[in-house]
Amino acid sequence: MHGRPRKAPTQQEQDASALKADKLRHLQSQLLRFHLDKIFTKEGLEISAKLLEVNPEHYTGWNYRKLAVQHFTDKQSEDAGEFESFQSIFDEELRVVETALRTNFKSYGAWHHRKWVLSKGHSSVDRELGLLKKFQDLDPRNFHAWNYRRFVTALKEIPDEEELQYTTNMINKNFSNYSAWHNRSTLLSNLMEKGGKGYSEKESVLREEYEFVVHAIFTDPDDQSGWFYHLWLLEQTTILEPLLLSSWPSHSSKLYISANGYPSDQRSSRISHFFSKTREFPFILYFSEPVDGVSFATVCIECDYLVTSELTWTPISANGSGFAQAWMTFLKFPDAVDTLEACPVKVTVAYFQGIINMSGASCGQSYHLFFTVHIPSHDQNQVVDQTADRISWKEENFCVYAPESLDADLLPSVCNLEMTRQKPYDFGWSMKVIANEIERCRELLSETECKIGKLTLARLLMAYHSIMSVSCSHDRNDVRYEEILSLYDDLMKMDPSHIFYYEDQHSLVLLKQMTSSMGSLLKNSHHYQELTSSCLISYACSRLNGLSLSRLGSMEQLLWVQMLDLSHNKIRSTEGLEALQLLPA
Amino acid sequence: MEGETTSYPPIEPSTFDLIVVGTGLPESVVAAAASAAGETVLHLDTNPFYGAHYASLPLNDFVTFLQSHSQPSEVPEAESDDSIPLVTRSLYSSLEISSHSDEPLKNSRRFNIDLAGPRVFLCSDSMIDVILKTGINQYMEFKSVDTSFVGDVDGKLMSVPDSRSAIFKDRSLSIIEKNRLMKFFKLVQAHFSEENEEDRIPEEDLESPFVEFLTKIGLSQKLKSIILYAIVNASYDQDNIKSCKDVINTKSGISRLALHHSSVGRFPNANGAMIYPIYGQGEVPQAFCRRAAVKGCIYVLRMPVVCVLKDKEYGTYKGVKLVSGQRLFSSRLILAPSFTPLVPSTAQASKSHDAGHTDAKEKVARGICITNNSIRPEVSNCLVFFPPKSLYPEQIALVRAFQLSNNVAVCPPGMFVTYLSAMTIDAVEGKKLLTAAINALFSIPFSGNDGSRGIDNSSENIEVKPTLLWSALYMQELNKFQGALDSISNMVMPDEHLDYNHLLDAIERFFQEIYPGKEFLATSSQSNEHPNYADSELDS
Repeated sequence: MHGRPRKAPTQQEQDASALKADKLRHLQSQLLRFHLDKIFTKEGLEISAKLLEVNPEHYTGWNYRKLAVQHFTDKQSEDAGEFESFQSIFDEELRVVETALRTNFKSYGAWHHRKWVLSKGHSSVDRELGLLKKFQDLDPRNFHAWNYRRFVTALKEIPDEEELQYTTNMINKNFSNYSAWHNRSTLLSNLMEKGGKGYSEKESVLREEYEFVVHAIFTDPDDQSGWFYHLWLLEQTTILEPLLLSSWPSHSSKLYISANGYPSDQRSSRISHFFSKTREFPFILYFSEPVDGVSFATVCIECDYLVTSELTWTPISANGSGFAQAWMTFLKFPDAVDTLEACPVKVTVAYFQGIINMSGASCGQSYHLFFTVHIPSHDQNQVVDQTADRISWKEENFCVYAPESLDADLLPSVCNLEMTRQKPYDFGWSMKVIANEIERCRELLSETECKIGKLTLARLLMAYHSIMSVSCSHDRNDVRYEEILSLYDDLMKMDPSHIFYYEDQHSLVLLKQMTSSMGSLLKNSHHYQELTSSCLISYACSRLNGLSLSRLGSMEQLLWVQMLDLSHNKIRSTEGLEALQLLPA
Repeated sequence: MEGETTSYPPIEPSTFDLIVVGTGLPESVVAAAASAAGETVLHLDTNPFYGAHYASLPLNDFVTFLQSHSQPSEVPEAESDDSIPLVTRSLYSSLEISSHSDEPLKNSRRFNIDLAGPRVFLCSDSMIDVILKTGINQYMEFKSVDTSFVGDVDGKLMSVPDSRSAIFKDRSLSIIEKNRLMKFFKLVQAHFSEENEEDRIPEEDLESPFVEFLTKIGLSQKLKSIILYAIVNASYDQDNIKSCKDVINTKSGISRLALHHSSVGRFPNANGAMIYPIYGQGEVPQAFCRRAAVKGCIYVLRMPVVCVLKDKEYGTYKGVKLVSGQRLFSSRLILAPSFTPLVPSTAQASKSHDAGHTDAKEKVARGICITNNSIRPEVSNCLVFFPPKSLYPEQIALVRAFQLSNNVAVCPPGMFVTYLSAMTIDAVEGKKLLTAAINALFSIPFSGNDGSRGIDNSSENIEVKPTLLWSALYMQELNKFQGALDSISNMVMPDEHLDYNHLLDAIERFFQEIYPGKEFLATSSQSNEHPNYADSELDS
C-alpha cells in the first residue's frame, strides 16, 4: 500500500481503460437522469451500484443512493413495500460500499456513505469491527480505516482504554504508523479530560507516554512518526492556558503624557513619555497566545479620574479572527481634570473568567498591574504640531542610551514583566520532564546525526525557557540561546528544503535572546531625535537592523517602541508588528 | 525390529543407475535430484519408516533406535570372494535416559521425536527455496517459532531483538543499545543493498573476526552475545579467538544476519524468522522421497542390504545383495552414514576407515527433554541459546535449546518437548553442557518425593520452572562427505547446525561431483510461492 511506484500503463491496459470509460460514461448519464428527475427505483439503485463499484469517487452516485434510501425508508412512501425490510435496504448499502472499497480502499465518498448507513442504526457494529480488523491487518497505516474505527468504536461505546491497548498493539507491530500514534493522542486526550481511572493524573500519564515513545525514537531516529507523537506530548507538557505576558504602560511604570513633545518634567524620560494632544493614551495587553474575551468585564481598571466602565477593547491582529495576542483600549482623561501628579491606575486582568485561547482554555488566574500617569496642566500644553516632520533616519540621529542614564534605568521598568499574580505558577513537573527529555535528546544526538532530533532539542530548550520565564524568578542567563541558535544554524545547512522554517525559528530565538536581558535590550535601544529639525520630540527606538531576521517575535518586550529599525533583514512577514501600537502610523 | 518371518518381495527391474541405502535427508535429497535428472534410482531402507538418522519417531521407537544404533553390530562372515558384508556402525554413544514420570512413555505414540534436533528453517534459507521450487511444500505444513531467548549469567532469559519492532518492544535494552543495534542492522542492510558503493563495509572489516567488528561499532557485551549466538549461531566462544574452533568473520556474520532479516516477514503468516514442520523434521526426508517417487524412483522399506557385490575381475563395485537373497546391480551406490562395507583381510583397514569419518573427533551432544509446561507461559515454540560462559565459567561451547509444543503435533497436549545440542569432544563434557542447560530451564524432581517438592518452593519461586518428566542424552558422531572417487559414497550424519543450509550446500556439491553438468533439483511446474501454513491466521 505504501511506497509502490506507479507504472506506465501498457497498450492493452489503455484499451481496457478506454472500454471501461465508455461503460462508465453510459452508466453515469443514466444515473444523472434518475437523479435529476428524482426517480428512486430499484433500477436506479442497480445502476448506481454498478457505477460506484467501478468508480467509488462518484459523489453524485452516493448522494443518489442516500436520497433513494431515505425515500424507501420513509414510512409514508408507497415504494417501501418493494423491500423485505429496512434491514435489507441498509445491508445492500453496506454491500455496495464494501465492493467499492475493494476497488478503492481510500475513497472518501465510500467511507462517508458507510458512516451514514451505520449512523441510521440498522446495522451490526460487530460486523464492522470484523471488517475493520481485516482492512487494518492488510494496511495498518491507512488513516481512512483508523478514522472509521473511531466512528465505529464511538457507536459501540468501546471504552477508550480498550482502544488505547489496540493502538499499543499496532505500534508494537510497527511503530512507524502515524495513524496509530495519532489515535493514541486522541484517546489519551479524551481519557485525561474525563479523568478516568488511572488517567486523572495527567502528569503520570504523560510521563508514561514519554517512556513509551522514547523507544521508538531511539530505535529508529529517522522515522518521524514517533517524533510527531513526542511533539504532541511536549505540547501537553507545556502551559496549556493563556498567560498575560506584558502591558503598556507596564507594571509599576510612570507614564508622562504631554501634548507638545517636551518632557514636562525632568523625571520624565523620553522612554516613558507619551505624546498626546487629547490626553488620551493607549493601554495594551499582550498575551502568550491569541485570546478572545478581553473586555471591560474581564479587565477591571480602577482610576479616580478615568471612566472605565464601558471601555472598548480591540483585538490587534492581522487576520480578523477575533483572537489576538495583543489587545488595546484607549484611556482618556477628561478635560475637566487639570494637572495630575502620579495618578494611580490599578488594573486587574482576568478579573472574571472569560479570556480564552483558541482551544477554549481560559486564563486560570488574575494579574494585578499598577502604574501612575502624570499629566501637565492645560496651559503648559501649547500645542506644537510636529507630526508632519519627516523622519530622516540619519545615523547620527540615533543615540544609544548611556548606561548610567535615567533612560537606561527606566528601560527595565517599561519592560517589567513582574506583575503580581494571585499565586505563583507551579510547573515544576513540566520542567523536570522537559529537562529529562533534553538530556535524552542530547544523548541521542551524541550517537546519531538526526535532523528531527536537533529540531526537537531546539524546541525542548525553548519550551523549557518559556516555562521557566513564567514560573519563577530566575536567572535568565541560564538559557542556552547560543545552543538553540546553533542548532537552527545546523538545520539550515542539513535540511535546506525547510530553510524558511528554520530561519523563522532562528529569528524568534534571536529576538528572544536580545530582549531577554536588560543588557542586550539596551544595546539595541536608542532614542532618536532629529537634530537638524527644530523639533525636539524624540522617539524611543529599537534597532533590529542587520540581523538576518525573517520573522518578528518577542513583541511583549517591545511594546514601548516608538520607532523600529528593521533594515537589512530578510523579513518575509510583518506578522506581530501590529502589536507595537506606539509606532507612528 | 521386524519379525523374522517377513517375506521379501522381489524387486523389478534388477539393474539401476543408482542404488541408495537409507532414507536420511542427504540420501533422500540425492535420490530426488538424481530421479529428477533422469537417472533410474532404487531407494532402500532397513527401517519400516522414512528418515533414518533424520527421522521423527514415537517415543518408544526413538529409544529403540538410539539403543540399537549405540552398539556395534556383529560382523557377519564374508559369504564369498565377490561380496563384502555391510556393517552397521554405531554413531550414537553414551545414551542416558532418565524417566521421572510414566506419562510420556504411556503416550509414546503421540510423540514425534526428532533424532536430529534441534533444527529449524529460516524462512529465506536455501532449503526453503528448494522446498518451494520442487513443490514438495505441498506435502508439508509449517508453524512459526514464536520467539528466541538468550540465557544470561544470572540465569535469566532475554528475548532476542532481531527486528525493528522487536527492538522497539524490548524492555531490557537501554535506549542507547537500541539505537546502536538498529543502526547496525541498517548498516548491514545498506551493505547488501548495492545501491551505494560508499555504504559497503570496508574489505578489511569483512575479513576481521565478527566479534571485533561488533566491538568496533560500539555494541554492548549483551548485544554482541545476542548477535553472535542467537542470530549468527556461532558454536564456540568468539571472545576467545585463539582457542575458538569456528571464528566467524564479519563477512559470514553479516550474511547470516541478512538471511535472518530477510526471513522475517517473508511469509505473511510466519511471525518470526523461523519455521518448523508439523509432525517433526522427519517430514522433510519423507517429502523428498515422495518427490523422488513422483520422478520414478522405486522405494522399498524394511529391506536390509547384507553385502556389496564386487566385480571379480576388476574388483570394482557391481551391486548389492539384499537380505532376501536377491542381487541388484547399479553403477553407483550411496550409503547412509551408518553403513560401511567391511573391507576383508585386516581389521586395521576397517579402523582406519572409521577414523576418516570422524576426523576432528568432534561430536554433537544431543538431548531431549519432555516437560509438563512451557519455558514461558505465553510461548509455545521457542529457541533458547546459552552462550559460552553463561551456564558456568568454563563453558566453551554454545548450548542450543528448542522447545516445541502440541501445536506442531510432536507431543500430547499438556507436554512440551525440548531439544538440546552442543558441540563437544568428549561425552563427559557434552553431558555437562546439556545438564547445565537443563538445570537452568527446568526443575528436576528428586526421585521418590516428586509430590512434596513443589509445595516447599511455591512460595519462594515466583517463576515456577517446568518440571522435567523424561529426558535422553546422547552423543552423535559427525562425518564429512567423502569425495566421489569411488562408486560407493557415504552420506553424512545430521550436522551440528541449527538450520539445513550447510547440509544442503554439501549435498548439492556432492551431487554435482557425481553427476557433473546435471541440474540439481529443477523447478517443478507444481511449485507455488508459499509453504503451507497451519497457522490459524491463514483462515481468518
